[in-house]
Amino acid sequence: MVTNSRPFSIKRMPGFSLLALACFFALYMPLAPLVFYSFNAGNNIALWEGLSLRWYVAAWENDLVQSAAIRSVVVAVIASVVATSLATMAALGTTRTRPYRGQTSIYAMVNQPLMVPEIVTAVALLILFALIKESTGYHGYAYLVSAHTAFCIPFAYLPIRARLEGMDRVLEAAAADLYATPWRTFTKVTLPLLLPGILAGAMLAFVISLDDVVITEFVKSAGQDTLPTYMLGQLRRTITPEINAISTVLLGVSVVMVAIIFFLSRKKT
Amino acid sequence: MSITVAVDVRSVSKIFGAGTGQEVTALDDVSVSIAQNEFFTLLGPSGCGKTTLLRLIAGFEHATHGSILLEGAEISALPPFQRPVNTVFQNYALFPHMSVSQNIGFGLEMQGRTKDEVADTVGAMLSLVKMENLKDRQIDQISGGQQQRVALARALAPRPKVLLLDEPLSALDLKLRKEMQVELKRLQHETGITFIFVTHDQEEALTMSDRVAVMNEGRILQVGAPHEIYNRPNDRFVADFIGDTNFISAEIIERDGNEIRMRLPSGIEIMIPAPPDLPQSGEITLAIRPEQARIASDGDAASIQGSLTDEIYIGTDTQYYIDIGTTSPFVVRVQNANGETQRIPTGTSVGISVDAKTIQILRD
Repeated sequence: MVTNSRPFSIKRMPGFSLLALACFFALYMPLAPLVFYSFNAGNNIALWEGLSLRWYVAAWENDLVQSAAIRSVVVAVIASVVATSLATMAALGTTRTRPYRGQTSIYAMVNQPLMVPEIVTAVALLILFALIKESTGYHGYAYLVSAHTAFCIPFAYLPIRARLEGMDRVLEAAAADLYATPWRTFTKVTLPLLLPGILAGAMLAFVISLDDVVITEFVKSAGQDTLPTYMLGQLRRTITPEINAISTVLLGVSVVMVAIIFFLSRKKT
Repeated sequence: MSITVAVDVRSVSKIFGAGTGQEVTALDDVSVSIAQNEFFTLLGPSGCGKTTLLRLIAGFEHATHGSILLEGAEISALPPFQRPVNTVFQNYALFPHMSVSQNIGFGLEMQGRTKDEVADTVGAMLSLVKMENLKDRQIDQISGGQQQRVALARALAPRPKVLLLDEPLSALDLKLRKEMQVELKRLQHETGITFIFVTHDQEEALTMSDRVAVMNEGRILQVGAPHEIYNRPNDRFVADFIGDTNFISAEIIERDGNEIRMRLPSGIEIMIPAPPDLPQSGEITLAIRPEQARIASDGDAASIQGSLTDEIYIGTDTQYYIDIGTTSPFVVRVQNANGETQRIPTGTSVGISVDAKTIQILRD
């Protein structure tokens, strides 16, 4: 009897390479013209008139782009820091406690924003915030920041929880055995070992907040455009390769962040 | 010098899942006193409760009933970080984000020692376990045997009153394990700290311990020095778990002073010394070690008769398997003194002679 002595590998299935190439093509091909035309010298997003950085300069010098970009970053930083802190506590509460009734439903509840359609959350927040604005007269940034914080929590929670579950509980027992109080066990052992997970969660939350359109569009007050909602607004008017240039920069930022998350979550200790 | 008690376990029971309807009794009314500076071993099969008892002393679990005293003071209610007791964990549990030195110094730092004190003690510990040249390595850059030494140094550094060792050698290969057995004995002598060692390896227990407690199903069956446990097992489980043993049943005929007359299944009657509280009649089990029985030569009075079914050469000894009409064959082990074995054809009828003093009466 002849058997294949090599272990099964999906790489040797017929058509594997072709399928993989097709998938990557479908993923990255649409981005190519966007990036390509961001370097266009002309005014058109589909008619090549030569190589230039003029639209990058234009975007950089555009006050509206600048203020929207700064607003985006500020909201994303605050939302991701708050969301990551809350997510860390939630992850500790769902893994470092004695099993209790309803633990699984709490897990599902923390991940609610992943499951409820974004437009539903957006409409719900619009109505709720309208009521609050009506009664308090407050129109500041708190709405935007709290909305972003809320939907960022599960994205921060998942990598932190995964890291906690992979961490050997006996290390915390060893710290307690060596005279560390629960608080010092947390700060000297749990937290340092959890840090790559926390950083990965924070960066994921940052990217999610930075890219959000739907909820921001519904929640923002006048003059509170973030970069994505500013771009959306621009698309309704004349489109110039300036949009391509801004998109390319956003794409670059996202790629760098995702790469960092990847290396952090691979780190063993 | 009077021997003082390091750890006193008093009527401790541990029931997991109490009140859930799925109670598991891990420890059932266990009492034991462990003397200071003793190398004490808890020996038993997995699930016998030995690790649970260790975790109770460390403070990771709390007893359902009973109390635990450390040098006379009740510690049952104290959390692990307030007990002057340190543990060497089965898989070492070294902190992966710290160097060898930082691991060893962790307990000292948590105790609030000064920087100089920590550095001095860490240095002394590194030399005690012969790891000076690896002090700045990360944990994933040293071998399993080296990790073992770091784990020992880390647990010994704060000079605990008792060191608990939870099967610390089980992850090492045989040769390294033998080395570490000697090493552990040395460390215990040099530090003078009480060691409580958990293992399921009977040879390890007999080699290293001052005293051994044999455990099964949540109870301590017998406590004694290795030679007592081996030569005078008082329980069928102990006799079976430690070393090889032949079990034969016998019928009590009559008591004659300090001795008792018994009839073996072969019909032969023997007199053996017996404890006074033994019943006057009925069936009883006798335990005979294979190396304490002999193949009877012509002049000897044979206690048991049988026919040889198998002869197995195992290097230092030869084992003879003899069918004596019971379910399992009777084993006689003979040392190959002159590098020669006594060849007996299978099927030969042979007599087995046993010194009555080496026969152990079991209560089961």
